[in-house]
Amino acid sequence: MEKVIDIQHLSKSFGAREVLKDIDFSVNKGEVVSIIGSSGSGKSTLLRCINLLEKPSGGQIIYNGENILDDKHDIHAYRTKLGMVFQQFNLFNNHNVLSNCVVGQVKVLKRSKEEAEKIAMKYLKVVGMDQYVNANAKQLSGGQKQRVAIARALSMEPDVMLFDEPTSALDPEMVGEVLKVMKELAESGLTMLIVTHEMEFAKEVSDRVVFMDKGVIAEEGSPEQIFNNPTQDRTREFLKRTLK
Amino acid sequence: MSIEWIITMVINNWPLFLRGAGMTLLISIIGTIVGAIIGLLAGVIRTIPTPERKFKRVLLKIVNIILSVYIEFFRGTPMIVQAMVIFYGSAMAFGVDMDRTAAAIFIVSINTGAYMAEIVRGGVISIDKGQFESAQAIGMNHIQTMLHVVLPQVVRNILPATGNQFIINIKDTSVLNVIGVTELYFQTKTVAGISFKYFEPFFVACILYFVMTYSVTLILRYFERKLDGPENYSMIGQPAQVTLTNTKES
Repeated sequence: MEKVIDIQHLSKSFGAREVLKDIDFSVNKGEVVSIIGSSGSGKSTLLRCINLLEKPSGGQIIYNGENILDDKHDIHAYRTKLGMVFQQFNLFNNHNVLSNCVVGQVKVLKRSKEEAEKIAMKYLKVVGMDQYVNANAKQLSGGQKQRVAIARALSMEPDVMLFDEPTSALDPEMVGEVLKVMKELAESGLTMLIVTHEMEFAKEVSDRVVFMDKGVIAEEGSPEQIFNNPTQDRTREFLKRTLK
Repeated sequence: MSIEWIITMVINNWPLFLRGAGMTLLISIIGTIVGAIIGLLAGVIRTIPTPERKFKRVLLKIVNIILSVYIEFFRGTPMIVQAMVIFYGSAMAFGVDMDRTAAAIFIVSINTGAYMAEIVRGGVISIDKGQFESAQAIGMNHIQTMLHVVLPQVVRNILPATGNQFIINIKDTSVLNVIGVTELYFQTKTVAGISFKYFEPFFVACILYFVMTYSVTLILRYFERKLDGPENYSMIGQPAQVTLTNTKES
């Protein structure tokens, strides 16, 4: 299988605190990988290191055979290949829904405005937000904002989608609409890396589940293995606490 | 003092008052706009994150020190004194006789720039970190992030403070009479000198200053509302049918 992202010996420290310790991890093309673990286990930091919102302290991130931590590597071009969805949505407040999905395409990818709008509409339809093109971020509900944020990331047509706890800031009744969109994306063959607290969802859509604990990958495997037959004690404990 | 006298005085001297008010407006409008541009540039430079490369880091540090000196110096000294130092200093040092109006615009601009730099910096800091992160995450560099995401929001947020600065400029331009700029205060003094009356001309000047500042307030309010956009949005077409195979809500 073709590795899209290959992480080797990745480490990250905030001051003296080591958040990620010698992580080896890869994502294959078309694969849906969920990262689970308790708060502070380093799962969000791992995701943020992958698109360099956090600068790794050590190790390598190989993307399409190139180490993107090399000084000479263009990190802006690399980031366009990764679509990021944040916990807090982070829609651009000065742009409406359509413009949120267009501005990056036009300014970064240098697509024409017409082409960008066509692509944006295509993905706004996918997330069911095509009716709201004229709305501003502050006029939308949390679930709607997150769906637009997903469309914005998809509009850049990235190789991998990164989701950083996309439903954690949502009211319970809005979690469903976002997970529904994500599930459809997973089924369409998109490569996805999802940090989540939604265990049922992770079990259902993932090809592989990674359990992180105290800055290391404690266990990884198929959803069946992780959720039904975990080999590690700490995985069992975590699941007992969260699944009840 | 009588109302008739004031009216006669205004009728006789209205070109002086009008030219004075015009000069005051000219200096404060150009001064505020140029100052705002200086402030935007300085504010943006002062919020650039520390670069990785050593050369760039040192360069940025030097630029930041120069900007700090500029800001602290012009915020920390009275404009009336700056006007004397710059106008007479330039004559002494370079032998150039600056055009008084140009000198006035220059002084107001760099003064406003110093204040606006701090206002802009505050505006950039107040923008949610998530806005920067999501712009970076779709591949924008610092300049693109600033131009297309952060600054439009900053400009909206600092509009009230900028209006404040504009109003201060209209009023403080009066101190520039010390270098002989023919703004409203200078012209009023001329009228007072001719008529040997002081209360009445300055009373008229007072009203003119207020009309100018209050107009600015109203115009800026209008712009603020305009920038905020419509309260409501219109829906387009029918909702798309999101088709899902074997959906199970978790």
